[in-house]
Amino acid sequence: MTLTGQTSTRKMIYWGSHYLMIAAFVIFALFPLYWLLKVSVTPNDILYTEGVRMWPSRTTWENYAFVLTQSNFPKYFLNSVIVSGTTAIVTTLVAALTGYAFSRFAFRGKVIIVALMLITQMFPLVMLIAPIFKILAPLGLTDSLTGLIIVYTAFNVPFATFLMQSFFDGIPKDLEEAAMIDGNTRFEAFRAIILPLTLPGVAATLGFVFTAAWSELLFALMLVSSESASTFPVGLLSFVSKFSVDFGQMMAAGVLALIPACLFFLLIQRYLVQGLTAGAVKG
Amino acid sequence: MTTVTQTGKLPAERRGGFSKKLSGIIEPYLYVSPALVLIIAVMLMPLILGLSYAFRDIRILNPFSGGFVGTAHFEALISDQAFLGALANTAWWTFGSLLFQFGLGLILALLLNRQFLGRRMVQALVFLPWAVPTFLSGLNWAWMFNPVVGPLPHWMTSLGLMAEPFNILSDPDLAMWGPIIANIWFGIPFFAITMLAALQSIPKELYEAASIDGATTRQQFISITLPFLAPTIAITLMLRTIWIANFADLIVVMTNGGPADSTQIVASYIFTQAFRRLDFGYASAIAAVLLVLLLAYALSVIALRRAMTHADS
Repeated sequence: MTLTGQTSTRKMIYWGSHYLMIAAFVIFALFPLYWLLKVSVTPNDILYTEGVRMWPSRTTWENYAFVLTQSNFPKYFLNSVIVSGTTAIVTTLVAALTGYAFSRFAFRGKVIIVALMLITQMFPLVMLIAPIFKILAPLGLTDSLTGLIIVYTAFNVPFATFLMQSFFDGIPKDLEEAAMIDGNTRFEAFRAIILPLTLPGVAATLGFVFTAAWSELLFALMLVSSESASTFPVGLLSFVSKFSVDFGQMMAAGVLALIPACLFFLLIQRYLVQGLTAGAVKG
Repeated sequence: MTTVTQTGKLPAERRGGFSKKLSGIIEPYLYVSPALVLIIAVMLMPLILGLSYAFRDIRILNPFSGGFVGTAHFEALISDQAFLGALANTAWWTFGSLLFQFGLGLILALLLNRQFLGRRMVQALVFLPWAVPTFLSGLNWAWMFNPVVGPLPHWMTSLGLMAEPFNILSDPDLAMWGPIIANIWFGIPFFAITMLAALQSIPKELYEAASIDGATTRQQFISITLPFLAPTIAITLMLRTIWIANFADLIVVMTNGGPADSTQIVASYIFTQAFRRLDFGYASAIAAVLLVLLLAYALSVIALRRAMTHADS
């Protein structure tokens, strides 16, 4: 009796500390985002007087109304959606083709191509900022969304390829071979049989690439100079330096920038553990 | 190898004869070519071009620049105090961030590797910082440290860590902690996810056998969990070291390298030279040095690992 009593106390202590630590991690992860939300709905006149209160005594939507109607943010938001969406789609297409080739073919030069892609994951992309600007400027691709899409697509293809390859590796080869015996070409088999089976993988890749393109800052800052081609990060940063006093509006804009990223996160959340092991450990 | 030779035996392939065979050889290259073209045009060519800039005078605002200057940039670098400071800051930034990201990430992975009520929900919530756009993480943490709208300085004052609330980002001695804390917040999920995946790939039978033999939880951790995790830990740490050393976004957003260059790392210094001073030649020279340093780091880690595995066997 005393023995079971002892073990159950130990068990309770164990699970108590387990949940306590979990709670600490959850709070650390969420508190900054909570604070962002809190300041964004705090009316300007009580922002400073109630600076450290957990929740303001009054809330308002006027920061959001201002950001959505009086500022350039809807434009930035649209630009970012165009850039990230196109990048995600093009990258996933290109990566699906390459990942499929890596998974199914042995061909001369494959090792070199794989090595090239691995190396691109290691070297500092920031060192490409100056040369890419010099290459794109005469082509009229600086200060343009197209230029950003091309650059982001190239940057994301290697990781997306390894990710797609890991999904293709999980599908038996017999499937498309059976279709090819029936007289279909390999590409037909790839499109009609293999791609539909990898739809979860495609969704995960879309999500990863969209999130990466949505977050990218340094190349966007360098390559874009006009308001009309600014993406969200560039817009928000210039907003910060221009109106550095209006915290409520900035944080409202921040919350808006968070929405698409969180939506995609929910979409890919299930594949995170699978996807990151496939991509990160290889890449 | 197997696939190409196998498909050669298929009836559909046999009917076509020579042209079919040729297209079979070309086929993989067709699949790979879009990616290859992109990578060569947008990454490889700029890389080579950038290395050549390191030896040229290229300033965007000066139309007469463009000439060959030999090793002048590198000679200037040796006596550039800002660059030397940035080297030291890079080490501090990288290992400061990495240590906490890894330690806390591993603890989180171990916590999540148990079944408990609400585990899926908790997992989604603690991984969320990883999805937050980095520029927003940077801005948000900068706001958290700001005594005007952020709670952190007030809390630190109440805890007696500060005499009165002030912004650590404007104190040269403390400023680096700002981006490091933001980086830890952003990076824990990555390590937790990777470690969790590795933990889940350990065969359950091993633990069952060990507990039948009477091994305690701690013994199981040391003799089963750690050896299984070791390869993942080694490779993730190496890759993340390089990644964090190159990761300038948080610093650019939160402090811009300041105050007085106290948070300038090499990657953000490259960006500053290219973006603010438009001195592409000097920026490329710094980039070349960074590339060599990271390469040397990667090679020495690989050599060290090889030496250790040889010593084991």
